[in-house]
Formats: sequence, structure tokens, C-alpha cells
Amino acid sequence: MVKVTVCIGSSCHIKGSKQIVESLETMIHRHGVQDEVDLSGTFCMGKCTEGVSVMVDEVLYSVTPASVEAFFQTKILEKINKGDI
Amino acid sequence: MEKTKTRKFDTKIQHLKYKVLREVAKLAWEDRLMEEITDIPEKIVPGPQATMRCCVYKERAILSKRVKLATGGDKENPNVIEVITIACDECPMGGFEVTDACRGCLAHRCEDVCKFGAITFDSHQKAHIDKSKCKECGACAKVCPFSAITDHKRPCQNACKVKAISMDENKAAYINNDKCIACGACVYQCPFGAISDKSFILDAISLLKEAEKNQAMKVYAVVAPTISSQFTYAKLGQVVTGIKALGFHTVVEAALGADMVAAAESKELAEKGFLTSSCCPAFVTFIKQNFPDLLPFVSHNLSPMAMISKYIKDTDENAKIVFIGPCTAKKAEVQLDSVAPYVDVALTFEELQALFDSREIDISELSEGVLDNASYFGRIFARCGGLSDAVAQGLKEQGLADFELKPVSCDGIEACRVALLKKSKKLLDANFIEGMACTGGCIGGAGCLTHGAKDKNEVDRYGLEAYEKTITSAISVLKNG
Repeated sequence: MVKVTVCIGSSCHIKGSKQIVESLETMIHRHGVQDEVDLSGTFCMGKCTEGVSVMVDEVLYSVTPASVEAFFQTKILEKINKGDI
Repeated sequence: MEKTKTRKFDTKIQHLKYKVLREVAKLAWEDRLMEEITDIPEKIVPGPQATMRCCVYKERAILSKRVKLATGGDKENPNVIEVITIACDECPMGGFEVTDACRGCLAHRCEDVCKFGAITFDSHQKAHIDKSKCKECGACAKVCPFSAITDHKRPCQNACKVKAISMDENKAAYINNDKCIACGACVYQCPFGAISDKSFILDAISLLKEAEKNQAMKVYAVVAPTISSQFTYAKLGQVVTGIKALGFHTVVEAALGADMVAAAESKELAEKGFLTSSCCPAFVTFIKQNFPDLLPFVSHNLSPMAMISKYIKDTDENAKIVFIGPCTAKKAEVQLDSVAPYVDVALTFEELQALFDSREIDISELSEGVLDNASYFGRIFARCGGLSDAVAQGLKEQGLADFELKPVSCDGIEACRVALLKKSKKLLDANFIEGMACTGGCIGGAGCLTHGAKDKNEVDRYGLEAYEKTITSAISVLKNG
């Protein structure tokens, strides 16, 4: 199981954390990996200027609504496919 | 000029209370409270001249009681509102009396209107009220063309619309805890500051200090939407930065909890057909005490504060929650078994101001942080009518627009009482009672720094500035809890 936590604190929220959550949900379903991804939200990860902050397991990334698709492919899907979980 | 003099408080009593809170907080941050707590009264009233009471010794004696309230008050007394008996000025409470303004007119409307024969006249045609017959209805005062009959009621009793305040054997104010709803109206109205809410500011400070040492622990500030009408000397974003500077992990809008409530409550209303709101803890307590038969109709949802706090704790097991709002009744709400697991401490804006200054944080000099999660509808919960608007919107957004919403928005506990009484007698032409104990809604709360005419506009403006325009879009992100 890959644990993905999206920051939904105010700063990230106005930078598009909601679109990111929605995109991630769509892609999780499209790739049928619902059982392998635990997607959740949290208020503030302390990186307000670099948001939207997304934590994949213990690693923190900065994601934008434009980069979320590539992010999902490289940081989440590849991790699942590699069995690196 | 001392910085604190630029602070905006409605009354000098609030300012005095704030000074005590600030000193207590300052010592608590520095771990010096135990040693120096007894020095606080003298620090605030250095003397030798008395400035408020008969002598500096009485002033200091009262201040030591205020210090006690600032550090949690009387642990034996379950009520969060307490009387400082020695501060009570024992105001006259003669009821309706004829003043010198009586001109001894010939019409005698006062006599005609009095159903109890309590009015008589002396040889100069001046009216007198026979106290043994007077029922305090006030009819005579209303008809006097010179407004010569006035009601000598104590400000605390006048403020207390649930009639919880009476006089003890020494004529000092006394609160009946079985009737008190902790709304704080008396706290704000007592001109001598003899009634006060207990402060749990020390609990908040100890959480923040603990979090400083323990990196895993995070203290979240959940702020009520009324905050938009407070701290008028700074921008809201600066208040957010200031709260973080105190050591809070982040600031979350209680209004997002209000969005969650609006969505859930509109569904519940459509299912049950009649509902009263459950956001205002003083209103809910009032129903418990006075209309127990209506309890099944009280919305089963948590309040916005508790709702968002529960969400935060569900997503972060290391979270501690400090609610900051305009409300003294929230201090009682967080002690309820149903809410205590979610909210650790409830503070008022008065106490937040004291916290800022105890750390010498001048928020007007800070950069602007962001506070943006809730929708317009969650934010306008802070003023009367907002909750009903949000429920109407909630019905619409959830495809329940067929349900015809007939709300009655009550602000002030008297208006609430009238609506509840009508409902209990099956005479109410409404299917939703929005009940707020304070006049104007939460913006009239006793823990507000200011209670201004513009406060409602400030809340509406804050609502319109919300990034999220609908309830559904504001809460959609929370589904993955």
C-alpha cells in the first residue's frame, strides 16, 4: 500500500489541492489501483510556499495541477509496478 | 504610548480582564507563574492612588480573583461563568420607579393602564407605585408621556434573558447554574466586571509548549468565522501569521466545519421534516433546560467547531485542537462528553489578543498568511440568518430543492424562546429554527473584542472572498478522510 497524503491547508488549497485530489482519484480509478493507494488529506505540512505539498509514504513532493499526471505516473504508479511497497 | 493602548476593546472592563490574561500568559510562557502569580495585582494596580474602587487594596483583592479566573477559576463550580462577589457593586434593583421627571400631569395614563391598581397620586398629582401590588409589567412606563417611569434593573439581570441571575443574601449577584446557558451576556454587560468567564489560556499555553518540545505533536487552531470582524487594526492574514507565530501548527477555519454541518443538516432536515440547529451551544442548553420535549428535533450533527476538529483528529493522530472564537458557551461545550474527545481547549478572541501581547507579537507588522478552505456559506454562519441561507443552499446542492424550507432565524435567546414556545404549542409556521443565543448571531458573542454595527458587513465580505463558492466544492476535498 502506498500512502499518499495531499495537503489541504489554506495555502495549498488556493494553489489547487482540490484539483490534485480529484485528478489523483480519477487516475487511481483509471488504473484500477484503489486497493494499492491510500489517499488522504491533511491540514498543512509546513511547506506553504512550495505547495501543493503531497507526501508519498515518507517523501514530500511539490505538485501543481499541471504536473499531477506526470507525478502520478512516476512517483505513485511506478512505485506500485515495481512492487516497491 | 504603550502599545496596548491602541488595542480596540469595547469597554475598560474588557481591557482590565485582558491585562490580567496577558500577565498570566506571560508568566506561564516563562515558567514563572507559580513564583510570581501573587505579584500580578500589584503590577496592574501599582498605587498608591486608587483608580477604580475605594482603595488600591480592594482593587488588588478583586484583581487576585481575576487572576484566579484567568487560571481556570473555581474548580468546584462546574459553570464556566462565575461571579466575582467582591467586585459586585450591588446595583439597585428596585424595579419600576417613578422618577423626578414625573410632572404631575392630569391625564393619569399610568393609572389607567395599570391592571393591578398599583399607581396612586399624592397631593401634587405625582405618581407613586405601590410595590406590593406592582407586577413589573412595565405598562405604565410605556404610556408615560414624559418617560418618567423607569425600570431599575441590574444590568446583569437585564442581560440575562434566561433569568439565571438573582441576588444572594448580601445583595451580590448570584448565578443559578441550572438555568445559566453560559452565553456570557452578563459578562459583557456588567459595568463593574463582576461576572467573568473562566479562562483556559494556561491549557493552551501548555499544549503549545509541549508541541515545541515534541515535534510529532501538532496544535491546530480552529478559528470561528467571526474572526473576520475582529482585530480591526490588522488584516486577517496577519492574524493567521500571528497565530502561527504563537506556535500553532496551522490555522483551520471552523467555517469548513460549518460547510460540513450545512450539508449534513440539510439532508437531516429533508428526512425529518423539522429541525432546530445545533451550532450554538447556549441555544442547545436552553432547549435541554426549558423545552426537553423538543430535544429529538435538535439536529444530531456536531457543531461546526466539533465537526472540523473531529476531521482533523481523524486525519492526524498527533493533533491537539484549540478553538478560538467569540463564545463563552463553547468553553462549556468542549467539556461535553460528545465534544471533549475532539476539542482540547476553547479560547475567546479576548484571550487570543492577550496571547499575542504576552509574546509581544504585533500582528499589524506581520506578513499576511492565508486562511481559505470554507465556502461563502460556511463563513456566514457567524451572523444571524447565515445558517438558514446555508441550509437552503445545502438542500439545493444535494438535489433536495423539492423540500420547501421555511426557516425562522432567531438571534437573542428571547427570540429563540418565542419560536420554541410556538413549536411546542404547534403554532410555528416554520420547519427550521436557526437558534443563536447572542444578538446578531456569533458576532454578538461575549468573547468578541468589539461588537460593532459593521461586524455583519465584515463577515459577509469575508464570505464573498471565499475561494470556494459552494458547500459541495468546499467539502469535496474532505471525502478522503
